[in-house]
Order: sequence, then structure tokens, then C-alpha cells
Amino acid sequence: MTAGGEVVVRLTGITKSFLGVPVLRGVDLELRAGEVHALMGENGAGKSTLLKVLAGVHRPDSGQVEVAGRPVVFSTPREAQEAGIAIIHQEFTLLEHRTVAENVYLGREPVRRGQVDRRKMEADTKELLDWLGEDGIDPAAPVSGLSVARKQVVEIVKALSTDAKVLAMDEPTAALADQEVELLYDLVDRLRARGIAILYVSHRMREVFDLSRRITVLKDGAFVTTAPTAELTSDQLVRHMVGRSLDALYPDRATEAELGDVRLALRGAGNDRVRGVTFELRSGEVVGIAGLQGSGRSAIARAIWGVEPFTTGTLELDGVPRRVTDPRAAVRLGIGYVTEDRKGEGLALRQSIRDNALLVRRAALPGSRGRKRSDLTALLESVAVVARGEHQEVRYLSGGNQQKVVLAKWLAVGPRVLVVDEPTRGIDVGAKQAVHRLLRELARTGVAVLMISSELPELIGMSDRILVVHEGAIAGELPAGASEEAVMGLATGHGIGEVA
Amino acid sequence: MSVVQQKIEVARGATGGRSRRFTFTPTVTVYLALVALLVVGSVLVGVQGGVLLDQGGILNILTRSTVLGLVAVGQTIVIVAGSLDLSVAYLVGLCSLVAAETMAGSDGMMVPGVLLALGVAAVVGLVNGLVVTVLKVNAFIATLGVALILRGYLEENYTGPAGSVPRAFQHLGFDRIGPVPVGVLLMLLVAAAAWWYLRRTRGGYHTYAVGGDVDVARLSGVRTGRTIVIAHVLCAVAAGLAGVFLASRLGSGAPYVGTDAGYDLESIAAVVLGGAALAGGRGGVVGTIGGVLILATLDTIFDDLAVDPFFKDVVRGVVLIVAVALYARRKVSRRSA
Repeated sequence: MTAGGEVVVRLTGITKSFLGVPVLRGVDLELRAGEVHALMGENGAGKSTLLKVLAGVHRPDSGQVEVAGRPVVFSTPREAQEAGIAIIHQEFTLLEHRTVAENVYLGREPVRRGQVDRRKMEADTKELLDWLGEDGIDPAAPVSGLSVARKQVVEIVKALSTDAKVLAMDEPTAALADQEVELLYDLVDRLRARGIAILYVSHRMREVFDLSRRITVLKDGAFVTTAPTAELTSDQLVRHMVGRSLDALYPDRATEAELGDVRLALRGAGNDRVRGVTFELRSGEVVGIAGLQGSGRSAIARAIWGVEPFTTGTLELDGVPRRVTDPRAAVRLGIGYVTEDRKGEGLALRQSIRDNALLVRRAALPGSRGRKRSDLTALLESVAVVARGEHQEVRYLSGGNQQKVVLAKWLAVGPRVLVVDEPTRGIDVGAKQAVHRLLRELARTGVAVLMISSELPELIGMSDRILVVHEGAIAGELPAGASEEAVMGLATGHGIGEVA
Repeated sequence: MSVVQQKIEVARGATGGRSRRFTFTPTVTVYLALVALLVVGSVLVGVQGGVLLDQGGILNILTRSTVLGLVAVGQTIVIVAGSLDLSVAYLVGLCSLVAAETMAGSDGMMVPGVLLALGVAAVVGLVNGLVVTVLKVNAFIATLGVALILRGYLEENYTGPAGSVPRAFQHLGFDRIGPVPVGVLLMLLVAAAAWWYLRRTRGGYHTYAVGGDVDVARLSGVRTGRTIVIAHVLCAVAAGLAGVFLASRLGSGAPYVGTDAGYDLESIAAVVLGGAALAGGRGGVVGTIGGVLILATLDTIFDDLAVDPFFKDVVRGVVLIVAVALYARRKVSRRSA
């Protein structure tokens, strides 16, 4: 099957080095009108750099960029924009306190008689929103009041407003909840149908197989292959990306012998977000919490950790009733929490790996300061952080390595209960597996792990039991290896397996 | 209803149709606070047998607001851009000297004097802006450095007032049009121009963008460096105008007229009181003028009550902190909502 549509963009033999380190070594890429083309590769494979070359942020050292058959050289993002190439970055590029229209036309505001033509700006934004079938968004409303999914729509409208023919989306679902991903699929489909070429960068296999017509794989900056999606299996794809096949995707579950006493017990716990939460968590166990975004699954985690504490019911830790009134109390009781917002809440980005890894220990357990340096080294080795050294600032690490530092931070205090919220969001396949293995090993040492994830395969693959949350209450419990349908059934308020 | 459909409902419903109600934005708050202050002040002054808001009192408040207003309006632009200017106080003094010395009492030199003073201000603003953008020095340090350089120059070359303005030029400082002093009109004119720039022009839109998130602005094709430099130049020119106005009022240039009044920190206080975020991206001229009026009203009330000047500063400090704490509270409660 050859992809229809004419070739809009062709990159040939692109190379790029930073400080003598080659990041791209001869990459080819071809995008056709009305095609969704997936770009895959592990972190560090050069995907982001390739996007930036396409977007005019970086100039390639050699190789050629052609737009509509004509060779071009972009020296600024603006030139790429003018050639019809738009990028939707992984982090949102919206100004929270400005309106939708102001964001969409930022840098290109229409001017009439020396003034910004607000009316035209809002009318044009409205037109684009309508064109996409998103007429529920008010161009004059500030962005800060929009849901994440709607912010993404605004991002896309912003890209389209430049008359984009090519839309490159970098991890567009990283910040989205499950149900919002469906909306994005829908949107991508509409864009494709309107003849826009879409370059789709994602770590999520399922999305890539659902959406793309062709897949280009990069590994260590080199071009591996471009193949029609229909001719690839996910195994083959992983082999292309990693250069080996990932054996047994998830670590073995706990055996009955590995399960110990009840570590954490909640009985009828509730606050203004959740109610009647009752469950037990045993030592050595990984329990998954499933639920739609906003169902209260994160609220349970945050309540256990004392951010927004339970106001009713009881919480027992190793059989002793406790009141966890704030995170500090939680830490001192041996409860750790890996937040879903790694960059915002999990790490002090401008501080070193060392300072981050010791953050909790220094803050909450004074007196343990005298530990030896070798402890830290061993700790960082145990989570296998890849970095230049322990003094490197964490903001320069890849997502996977950052998450390992977050885990190290909690390992440093030897928690009894570890609550992890979206532990592998936005990290690549290899690092994902490392995190999974770490969590399982941790459980083997007697820690009780409570894991929230909106990636169902991960949740099902990792959990010894799954609790499903629906509208602030636990709707049911499923055994290891439950089907996705069963989980979704409970999560959407139907019975088990009642999904169309 | 199919699951997918329901999911879509969930996602769509998440934002809900929030009706646009009247909200207590910082700008609204600051003017409500101003009204409250005027009421309380009138009562307090009234109890002591005085009148706060007669024509003289109002003029007093407005006159006090003139110079600080000019400086603070400029400061608003740099603060919205996410920067800051600590050199304005010395710049006010310097510009009063440049204007007065160039005029040297001659009517014919009035226009060149004003233009030269504003030119000097623009150059200082340009230097501030370039140090911040090209050398990438933090604005606090950059403008503090420039302030020290200006101070060194002033201390080396002046011991007291110098130059003199012609009589005709003093009309600017003392005349009124109807009941309103020319200076107040000048200040309001500059405020209106700054408002227009921030709210109606691309440059202004970009100023908010740069202050809100400089990386977002850059990725959107905004010339971030240029926007920040322009903000600094506009701020400096506003401070220069304040200097020119003071030269007209004093009849000569005075090296420390800006620092004695503490226009650097005072102007920042007024901007923040007006609801701007010190980190940039939020705030506006209207709020700033409210902040200036509050500070001026406080001063007037205290003068009428003959309050100990030290106590006066205590109250000003408390007002500033309470205001910013209130704005911060609003933000927190909105986030957790």
C-alpha cells in the first residue's frame, strides 16, 4: 500500500551534532498530504531534534529539507511557519492568563490602523474552531479556565492559524486522560481528512497503531526504517526501536508467599472528593487503581499522603490507626508518593540529582544526615539513573531518568507504603520497563505499592489486584489479569464487561 | 449511550459553561480599597475637625500622585514584561538636571532641554534593556548596576541643585486647566498612552506574552529581546518625563530628587498594589494608577492627622503586604477549586 496524497515535506540525509556529539546521523523522512505518519524511537533517539529541524529551531549540519518539492533552508521558526509547518510541542505553549484568541494569534496579531484588531482575531479564531467542530470554546475566554483537552484544541488551532499544511505533534497525549485521548483521535482524523500531513510522535504503541498510516523509526540518531503501519507488528516495532525485543513486558506478579501482613488499611475513608473508601494493602503487593480522569483516583492517593487529607473514616498503618494531616506526617509514617506531575511537584528541576534524591530524607527525617556518600551512590545505582554525575541538574535528564530520581528520593527514606501516580507518563519504552521492574522489586522487599495509571495495559500488567474508582467511590475490585473491558465497565459506571 | 459518547460527555463537561460574573479582579479590588480608604480617611480627618475631600484635599492627592504616577506607569510596562527597573529614581534626578542645565534659564532652550532629557532617559533605558536581554543579567541586578553607575556620576559631578528653567517652563509645574493641574493631565495622558500600548498594540500583547512565559513567546515567533528592550526604554522615558516635570516645579535640576522620594521601590510598590504580578504577564496601567492614588491618599490622610512619619511607613508597609497577600489568596483558592 502506498500512501496517497502528494509529498508535502521531504527530509533527506539530515545530520546534526551538538558540541561534537552527533544527534542525527542521516535521517530521511517523507510526509504526504492527508497522512498520519508516526515517528518513533526511544528517548534520545533524536525525535525531538528532528522535529526542531523541521520547525526551523535547529539548522541541520547537512542534508536537505524540501517543502512541496522545493529545497528550503529555515533559519527561524517563523520561516518554517510561513512555509506551512507547525509544531505542537509536548509542553503546552499557551499563556494561561491570556484569552484563546490572544494565544492563537500570539506573534501574528492582525493589526488595523495601528491597533490590534481584536474583533477580527476573535472571529478568525471562532472560524477555525468551528472548522474543527469545536464550537464550545469561546475565543474571548481566558485559557486558564479550559480543560487540558481543550487547551490542546487551542494549541492545534494555533498551529492551524498559520495555514499549516504539516502538523507535527510531539507526545500529544502525554497530558491527556483516557477519555480525552478519544477526542484527540477524532480531531486527528478530521485534520487528516482535510488534507493536512500529520507527524505524530508518541511512545504509546496503541495510539501509533490506531492512528498512523506509516511509521518511521529512529534509533540513536540514525534512520532505521519507514514502513506502512499495516505491515508491522508491535513486536517488530519494538525490535526496531530498541534493537532487541523486550522480553516479558511486565515483571512477574507477587506469589502468595511474597505477600505479607496488611500494611495500609482504609475503612470508610472520605473527604469532599471521595467517600467510603475501604481497602487493604498488603506488604509485597502492587495494587492498581483504575478510573477515569476526575473519578477521584488521584484524590485517594493525595488523601493517603495527606495533601488533602481524609476527613472521615480511619486509616491504619501496620495495624495502628493514624491521622495523616499533611505530607510531612505521611513521610514520617513511611508513606511515599510519586506524583503524576513530575516536573511541577516531583522534582526541584534546577537542583542536582543528589539534592533531589536526598530531598525527602533531609526534610522529613532529620538526624539521618550523617549517612555516607556511598549510600547515595548505591541508591542511584539501584535505580540505574543515567547521568553525567550526581551533581547534574535534573532538568537536563530525560523523563525516564527524572522519574528514577523521584523514585530514588523515596527509596532513600525506606517507605512502608509507596503510592505512585502515573509512574511512566511520558517516558520511553526502555525506561518504562525499568520503572516497572523497580516497583516490583520494591514490593518484594516488603513495601506495599499502590499504583494509579490511565494506561490500562500497564495497570493490568503490573497489578496483583485492581481497584476501580468511579465518581469518588470504589466501584469494585478485580483480580490480577482482568480484562480492559472489565476495568472500563466499572470505571464508566456499568457492570463488569458491559462495554459495547 | 455508548461508552465513547459518554466519555466525550465527561471530557466536554469538564469545563462546564462558566457564566461570566462580576469578579473581584485586582483592578476592581484596588479601586474598592481606594474608595474605602477615602471614606475612612474622611471620617478620621472629620473627627479631628478637618476635611479630607474638599477641593484642596483632592488637588493635594492628585498632585502627590503626579510624579509617582509617571514613574509607576513606566514601571508597569517593564514589570508586565517580567522585568524590573531599579534605576528610575536616579534617572529622575539625572533628567531633571539635564533639562534644567540645557535650558539654563533661556526660553528658546525649553524644547531642546526636554528632548535632550528624554533622549538621555531613552539611552539609559536602552542600556537597561540590552544588559537584561543581550548580556542576560537578571533585571534586578542589571538595573541596580545601572542605578549605581548613575549615582556615581551624580555624586561626582553635583553637590546640589544645578541649572535653571525659564519662568515660562514653570507653567508645566504650576498651571491649571480649569481646576486640574497641568501635571496631573500630563500624568493621565502618559497613563492613557501606556494603556493603549499595552492593551491595543502588538507590542503590548507581546509584552504580556514575554512576561507570562518567555519561552512560549519565543516559540510563537515573538521577538522577545526587542519587546523587553522597548519596555525598558518606555519605562525610562516615563521616568525622564517625571524628571522634566520636577525640574519645572523646582525651577532647577536636583540630583537626589528621585531617590529622596524613593521612586524606585515606591513605584514597584504601586504597581504591585495595582495587582500586577512581579513575575510578569499580569497587571495593567489602570490598576497601577489605583495603587498610586492609594499611596497618595494615605500620605494625605496622615499629613492631615499629623501622624508620626515612622508610623506612616509602618501603615504603608502593612497595606502593601496585605494587598499582595489578598491577591495571592485569590489565586490559591481558584487553583484548588
